[in-house]
This record gives sequence, C-alpha cells and structure tokens, in this order.
Amino acid sequence: MLSSTADHLYWMARSMERAENTARMLDVTYRMSLLKQAVAEPRHEWRAMLSISGLHEDFEARYAEPDADNVMHFMALDEKNPGSIYNSIFNARENARAVRGSITSEMWEALNSTWLEMRGIHAAGIAEDGVSRFFDWVKERSHLSRGITHGTLLRDDTYRFIRLGTFFERADNTARILDVKYHILLPGIDGVGGAADYYQWGALLRSVSAFESYRKVYRDQITPKRVAELLVLRPDMPRSLTTCMNEVNRLLQEINGPRAGELMRRCGLLHSELRFGSIDDIFARGLHEYLSEFLERIYDMGDLINTTYFRFADE
Amino acid sequence: MKTAYDEMYAADGSVRESYRSYADWLRATPQEVIGRKREEADIAFHRVGITFAVYGEDAGQERLIPFDIVPRIIPAHEWKRMADGLRQRVKALNAFLHDIYHGQEILKAGRIPAAQVLGNSQFRQEMVGVEVPEQIYAHIAGVDLVRAGEGEYYVLEDNLRTPSGVSYMLEDRKMMMRLFPELFAHQAIAPVEHYPDLLLNNLRSVAPHGVVNPNVVVLTPGQFNSAYFEHAFLAQQMGIELVDGNDLFVRNDTVFMRTTQGPRRVDVIYRRIDDDFLDPRAFRKDSMLGVPGLFSAYRAGTVTLANAVGTGIADDKAIYVHVPEMIRFYCGEEPILSNVPTWELSKAEDREYVLAHLAELVVKEVHGSGGYGMLVGPTSSAAEISLFRDKISARPEGYIAQPTLSLSTCPTFVDSGVAPRHIDLRPYVLSGKEITMVPGGLTRVALKQGSLVVNSSQGGGTKDTWVLEN
Repeated sequence: MLSSTADHLYWMARSMERAENTARMLDVTYRMSLLKQAVAEPRHEWRAMLSISGLHEDFEARYAEPDADNVMHFMALDEKNPGSIYNSIFNARENARAVRGSITSEMWEALNSTWLEMRGIHAAGIAEDGVSRFFDWVKERSHLSRGITHGTLLRDDTYRFIRLGTFFERADNTARILDVKYHILLPGIDGVGGAADYYQWGALLRSVSAFESYRKVYRDQITPKRVAELLVLRPDMPRSLTTCMNEVNRLLQEINGPRAGELMRRCGLLHSELRFGSIDDIFARGLHEYLSEFLERIYDMGDLINTTYFRFADE
Repeated sequence: MKTAYDEMYAADGSVRESYRSYADWLRATPQEVIGRKREEADIAFHRVGITFAVYGEDAGQERLIPFDIVPRIIPAHEWKRMADGLRQRVKALNAFLHDIYHGQEILKAGRIPAAQVLGNSQFRQEMVGVEVPEQIYAHIAGVDLVRAGEGEYYVLEDNLRTPSGVSYMLEDRKMMMRLFPELFAHQAIAPVEHYPDLLLNNLRSVAPHGVVNPNVVVLTPGQFNSAYFEHAFLAQQMGIELVDGNDLFVRNDTVFMRTTQGPRRVDVIYRRIDDDFLDPRAFRKDSMLGVPGLFSAYRAGTVTLANAVGTGIADDKAIYVHVPEMIRFYCGEEPILSNVPTWELSKAEDREYVLAHLAELVVKEVHGSGGYGMLVGPTSSAAEISLFRDKISARPEGYIAQPTLSLSTCPTFVDSGVAPRHIDLRPYVLSGKEITMVPGGLTRVALKQGSLVVNSSQGGGTKDTWVLEN
C-alpha cells in the first residue's frame, strides 16, 4: 500500500474514534454535572475534562472560567480547537477524501454525510435540550463508520491500517479518561458503596460503555480497583488497554514490513506486560504513574509507526 | 441567428423518432414526481461528493456540477458514423504526433507549414526521437463535437492532453438508472459502465516492452485540483493506486512508489498533471507537483506516460485547421467528421474579414482552454469586442476565429420549467493496441438562456447521453 494512503487511513480512523471518545467524555461529565448532590465542585469536573485532552492552555487563552456551556462549546463545536468534535469529524472526512479511491463508496458516503450534518449542527448550534441527542448522534455516526468498514471492506492492509488507527486512539483515550477521572474521584474513596460513589464510578463506566459489563463480570458493588482492572487488564472488555494492545499487536504482525522490527518489539513488550500484568502490581506502583508511562510509551510507538510506514527516506 | 437544431423536436414541432418513447414517458409522468426526483438527484450527488473546485472566486470551494434529468439521445446510425469518424481522426492525430517527433514527413511534404509546428510553444523539442509504446501519444482523447445548422456534427476541438469529465458521464448514467429505472426497461440504451475496464486495458496495453503484469497508477496534482474527484474515482473504479508527486521517486531511471512495504516499481502512469509540472528537472523548476527525474526515466523507456509528453501540439487551435489534411495524409481517406470553418488570424485576408465581423464571430486564443480566453461576438459588449480587437492586432498569430455556430439544443429543466438549452458532446476515445470507446460520451449543457458556453467553470451542467441500440 502507498505510504501516504496508509497515513490517511490511519488518521481517518483515529479522528473518528477521537470524536466518539470526546463525545463520550463530554456526555458523562454533563450528566454528572446535573447531579448537584453528587458533585461537590462541578467546575472541577469541567477543568478535568480539559486536562484529559491536554487542551487547557488553549482554552484558558480564549475562554473564562470553565463551566458546562463554554467547555461543551469548546470541545464540541469550536473550529479553532483542533481537538473539538467538529474538527475531528472534519479531519476524518478530509483524510477519507484524500483516499476515497481506497475505501468503499459506502464508507466515504457515511463519513461525508457525517461531515455535512456536522456542518449543519455547527451552524444551528446545540440547544440545551439537545445535548445528549448530539452526543448520541456522534457515537452513532462513529458506530456506523466502524460497522460499514467491518461490513464492506476487503481484509487487506487498508482494513488493517484503519483498525490500527482505531485501537491506537482508543488505547490513548481510555488511559486518559481513567487517569483523570480516577484522580477526581479518589477523594471519595472512603465512602465506597455510597450513593455518590455509585453515580460517579457508574458514570465513568458508562462513558466507556462498560457499566453493564462491570455488572456481568463482578456481580458486586462498584470499587475503584475493579474499575481500573476492567479498563486496564480485562482482555474481553472492548475498550480496555489490553484489548486495544492485543489488536494493535496482531495488526502490526499482519502488516509487518521490512522496517517494522523495532516497532513490533516495543509493541510486543507492552502487550505482554498487559497480558500478564496484575492489578495489585499496578496499584502497588501507583495507577497514575502506570498510566502516565503507558501514555508515553504509546506516544513513542506512534512516532515509530510514522517513520516505519508513512515517512521514511528513499533508500 | 436562426433557431437552432433541437435534439427532441423537429422544426414542425413533432417529436423526433429517437425521443418518442422518452417524450411519452415525460408527458405521462406527473410534475411533482419529476420535481421529487430532481431533488433526490441533488441530495445524492452531494452525498456521493461529486463536486468540482472552481478557480478564481470562492477558491477552494466545492460546488456541485448541475445535472439535468432530460437525457441527450443519439440514434444508432448517427453514433455509428460518429464513432467511425472519431476513430479515423484520433488515428490520424496519433500518426501526426509520431511523425512530427520523428521523420516530420508531413512537414517535408509541405502539407502543413513547418513554422506553425516547429515554432509552436506546444512543440516539445525534448520529445524528438523518443520512442513510445505502440507509437501512441494520445491514449485518451476527449473530442468535443457540436451540432449546428440542420444537425450536422462538427469537431470543435480535440482534447489530447488531460481531458476530464468522464466521471460525470459515468455518474450521470448511474443517477438516471437509479432515478428512472423504468426508462431503461423500455428502450435498448447502450451501456457505458465498462469504461474503467476499457481504460485499464488500454493503459496496460501500452506498458513498457517486456513488462508482464504492469503496475498502473493515476497521478493527480492533489486534492485541491478541480478534477480531483475524477482522479480518485477512476483510480478506484480501475482498482489501482492514486498517487501524487510525493508518492513517487526515481532511482536509476526507474520510477518507484513509496509503500508501507518499501519501494515498488511503477510501469504506466495515467497522469492528470500538465507537461509543465511533470518533472521539475526537465520542465518548470518551480513545480511542486511532479517527480524529479521522471522525464529522464520516460526517455529511457522504463515507464509509460499516458498521455505522452508533447501532445499539446496536436490539439492546439492553430493546428486544428490542419487535422483534415492529416487524415488525408496518414489515412489516405476523406475526413468523416467536419471541422468548423476556421479563420487563421495570422493570414492577412482572414484577419481583415474577422476584424470587420467581430460581432458575429467567436474568437479563441490558440493556447487557451476551458473557455477562459475567448470572445463570443454576438453576446459581447462593444467594450469587450474592442478589447479583443486590440489583442488580435497586437498578436494575430495567437488567435483563430470561427462562425458563431448555433449549437443544437435539448430540452432542459430550468427555473421556469422545461426549455431548450444549447449542448455539446465529448466522447472519450481510447488508443492503445487498438482503439476503443463507449457509446456516447459526456453531454454538457449551457444552463443560461441563449448561452453557448457549456464549460462547468462557466455555469454549464451535464446530461446523461443515450446511444440507442436500434
């Protein structure tokens, strides 16, 4: 496959996945902010939302104190915020446009309609009562794109680079959500089992569609450690770090290539650590430290993907 | 200007034979159904993203090319004659290109003035003596035909560089079949959907000597080019890679593409980049679109470019007048398709006549294309005419003039209902080991009342083109 094509496919998938995850995070934060009794300091929530995405500096330069309205606008619709849902969908569509000859026409049409609708929503704004509907729409469009890819695309490297982008972005997002939410919720750790806790940890699980799964897996009350275990180590949990790295590892082995040695070594190592890791070890070390290192390592792997497959010198 | 030939209605107002079935259907179909279908077409074209970029104002904007649901219908016998004429013409044009870059027999025989060819900026000295597979230069030709007077077909121009529009031909057909499947059940309409197969076969047939399974790619200037949609569309339909200059590099006079698995050799390039921008080492130094070293590889014969470098000399408007003579010279036949009568402003007597009749004529710049540098006398103001008079006097060899043909019209949906609008036709002729084409081509329509300019950049639209099979 052309290096430039692979590059576009990978970023098309990453951008759409990012739009979905941003919608998930905003949705859960919004819902929690409505539960006045559950959240002592709502501003804290919205500030945390910005730090998850690493966008607080850009926000502070252009907005007042973070609150529901301005953070939602910034993260959902702001054209100047490169990480907004608006721009993520734009990027997904532009990358798809650049390689529309390589994807199926159904995939292109779905992404193009998503963008056209996004433009309409951007122009009209999101009404107060339409907030959740908007987030549902983003998730649905992302599900649709993924479903069409799954249902229509030949299983060759085109498919693999798209999946690579999806799981890479998802690994990054899950780690970020867990890291930041965990810190906010931690002060409440004493009151395990209380109503507030139930809502807060429940909301975190819901943001990664893991609430029902938690119930099925543990059949018990929600505890922080189990939440972390579910989202880091469970190989049967579709958004967990282990699942994401399972996929990334398998995809890289299938794509392979003459320059892929170092990339595959690092990926294999990270994958094995997750596969054979235990939550007690992770907690002994500190979850925050563990997740920070994880994010650093996949960031480096992202660079390596770039130089292995997308941009390399002519030999 | 007298009333133009109408494709659907004869002068006495009766419906022509070829349109009878369609006219019955149109009469029987309620207006609101038609209106709904037109809206549906609009939404579908947006969704599929069949758009083109317009240069100048609103640069970078994507616009929809207007699509009209009344087809242009060509009877079988008319197409047969047209197809014979196109084959003959393109064969002669390819023979001419090979000749002027080799023996220059036609110039030696005095059939075309040597100065007009050798002194033309479109003549590529670098191509002299270069061998190309099958001696084919114009692998893809888009020959613009118009109908005038009592319905005679004329060749308006031969587009032999990077003719565009074929994706609209294909998408228009797809749209008509989707909107009005019943029409295709009533009549035997020649299919066009296999064009990408013909194109790929054609490109494979001109691979460099000895290459068994050629790697064919489409080379685009990039996604901001006005025809990018088409480049991507054709690559996808042929199942081959769409590349831009950055995807390719040249090593040891061989072209490679950068892939995730390392370099892969490229054998045939269907390029949609003009000669000037192909290779900054050989042509324009400032080109960011091309591939350094590409022309050297091409001369070495390791890669085929379609179309070849230097075809612009054969479709230049100054050379156009000589095409009938080329047909006589190379094919030993009389031309089947007529040229539009043309005055060459480099000739004193022609110039004198043209300057005296500017208000009636169409004046075209010889190296211009796309309808940007022309004067349509009857619809121009005195000031515009006087501006062109000065231009012609300053550089007469830069212009030709033709009578203002009253192009044929076809009924078309406009704001006020259905009204006649002027149309042309661009069939696509593929030359490789043999000459192939799909029946019909792209019909463009000037949507403004009375307008004769069908270019999409000037507000033209398109129609599906039906060649009847019996």
